[in-house]
Amino acid sequence: MAEKIATREAYGNALKALGEKNEKIVVLDADLSGSTKTAVFAKAFPERFFDCGIAEANMTSMAAGMAACGKIPFISTFAVFGTGRNYDVIRSSICYPKLNVKLAMTHAGLTVGEDGATHQSLEDIALMNALPNMTVIVPADAMQAEGAVFAAAEIEGPVYLRFSRAKTPVIYPEGHRFIPGKADIIKDGKDAAIFACGVMVSKAMEAAAALSNEGIEAAVINISTIKPLDRQTVITYARKCGRVVTAEEHSVFGGLNSVISQCLSEEYPVKVKAVAVKDVFGQSGKADELMEYYALTAGEIVKAVKSF
Amino acid sequence: MENDKLSAIALRVRRNIIKMVNSASSGHPGGSLSGVEIAVLLYFEIMNIPSFSDENRDKFILSKGHASPLLYAVLCEKGLFPAEELLSFRRLSSRLQGHPDMKKLPGVEMTTGSLGLGIGAAVGMALSAKSDGKPNRIYCLCGDGEIQEGTVWEAAMAASHYKLDNFTLIIDNNGLQIDGDVAKVMSPYPIDEKLRAFGFEVVTAENGNCFDCLREAIGKLNDKNGKPKAIVAKTVKGKGVSFMENNASWHGTAPNEEQTRQALKELGEN
Ligand SMILES: Cc1ncc(C[n+]2csc(CCOP(=O)(O)OP(=O)(O)O)c2C)c(N)n1
Ligand SMILES: [Mg+2]
Repeated sequence: MAEKIATREAYGNALKALGEKNEKIVVLDADLSGSTKTAVFAKAFPERFFDCGIAEANMTSMAAGMAACGKIPFISTFAVFGTGRNYDVIRSSICYPKLNVKLAMTHAGLTVGEDGATHQSLEDIALMNALPNMTVIVPADAMQAEGAVFAAAEIEGPVYLRFSRAKTPVIYPEGHRFIPGKADIIKDGKDAAIFACGVMVSKAMEAAAALSNEGIEAAVINISTIKPLDRQTVITYARKCGRVVTAEEHSVFGGLNSVISQCLSEEYPVKVKAVAVKDVFGQSGKADELMEYYALTAGEIVKAVKSF
Repeated sequence: MENDKLSAIALRVRRNIIKMVNSASSGHPGGSLSGVEIAVLLYFEIMNIPSFSDENRDKFILSKGHASPLLYAVLCEKGLFPAEELLSFRRLSSRLQGHPDMKKLPGVEMTTGSLGLGIGAAVGMALSAKSDGKPNRIYCLCGDGEIQEGTVWEAAMAASHYKLDNFTLIIDNNGLQIDGDVAKVMSPYPIDEKLRAFGFEVVTAENGNCFDCLREAIGKLNDKNGKPKAIVAKTVKGKGVSFMENNASWHGTAPNEEQTRQALKELGEN
């Protein structure tokens, strides 16, 4: 797990590769193309890249229009502006008419760091989950991010892709095949099931290794597609392990913990412990400090597993 | 206030902007430096602020919240907190958040950071003062990229509709945003004519980094004509630090130690 790459980096490169294969791909950005990495695509295909300026709502509306004309728009900005500022547009002009727009947003979560609460999106998964017709994907590493970009282009309809600013460990080997809608069992176990997404997957792996040293065998399951949820895998592991922990860089409301709890409450009611942000806004600080401060660490996952 | 006193404040503000961004290894020097003369003139000459808890005080809303180092450095000059606190900028548990936070730091009139929102809150404050018959004047600073947001124009429409002549919008027209020239990314021009069409009384300050020029522009505005005011201030992004001037790559990049030394030297500190 030595190498670290930001998922936004993988997004930019994958987008360019996708653009080479598929002429229908167009990319829209809102004055953040250097940060979101859509600049990589813009450089290769200037005629298919449109900077919309600092106007996220209109960017989203224009994407709806372009999709209605048969193009496949990928639109990018920071997750906080790309799901919040334009929410009604996503709802009324993209999800309701089921238009083929891919919302690829970067700088999600606390790992944005120093910019602080206004830039740290902790509600985006909740917002996107609540919309009919939406697919919600949170890649766990750069390999998955690349796969998710290609998979999103194959899905007919809106897809939300959540990428991070910070460099995070590469978990999967080169050539990893990303399958949307499928949970991935990274480590098997019988004593506890840790369901994680995004940057928390590598922390869940760390936690499982630490627990294993103490004789507790925890399964680590990467839920990279939050919607539609791989209910079967969730139920199977809840049954098998009994203890369920979720880990996400998101609010405890409306994200991974919510969808897993909802699924299990219907199918196999067990206690579900959340490692997530507890109904507060973030603040400025270094990414790692913030993850400590808001208790999103391997240590907290270990604690949660032991708290049953 | 005399120009040499204002200039001395402006110089200290510029040095502090550089020091804060360097110390935090993050933040936005370019757009902080372009707005220095505007903010210093407002806080030290134009605005009436007997105290930051006075209900009738004039208010400054930094709609382009990423220029927080500018706001903090000026509030520090106003004596709101000691200079040492400036170096807590962007650190965990600091009152000096990456973007201004009114709950954490009293004296910040509105929480901003998501562009295009501060101006609407400022219009709400002007409307509130007007409907209560209070004397507050509300000043709002927007970036020239920021005005690409539709909400800016919704706010402008409301300011004019409610005849808010106690509201003054200042555009920091430094010509740059993150992806490059505002004219090339998504042109907002002509800014003055657009604002006029929205019912504003508009003046242009040909040099928004010059106190006399800004003073003259503000002096042309007529207080009680039922129209909101706007000043389009032509500024230089990164003003005062040669290698940052007119260079979009210094929008949100912190200078390293060597660059900081160089910048402070240019700003007369060694
Ligand atoms: C709604 C929103 N979208 C995007 C951003 C990211 N962002 C921060 S500053 C900036 C560019 C601002 O340009 P301008 O308004 O011209 O500011 P200045 O040149 O004065 O620094 C962008 C896009 C943001 N803070 N808020
Ligand atoms: Mg600008």
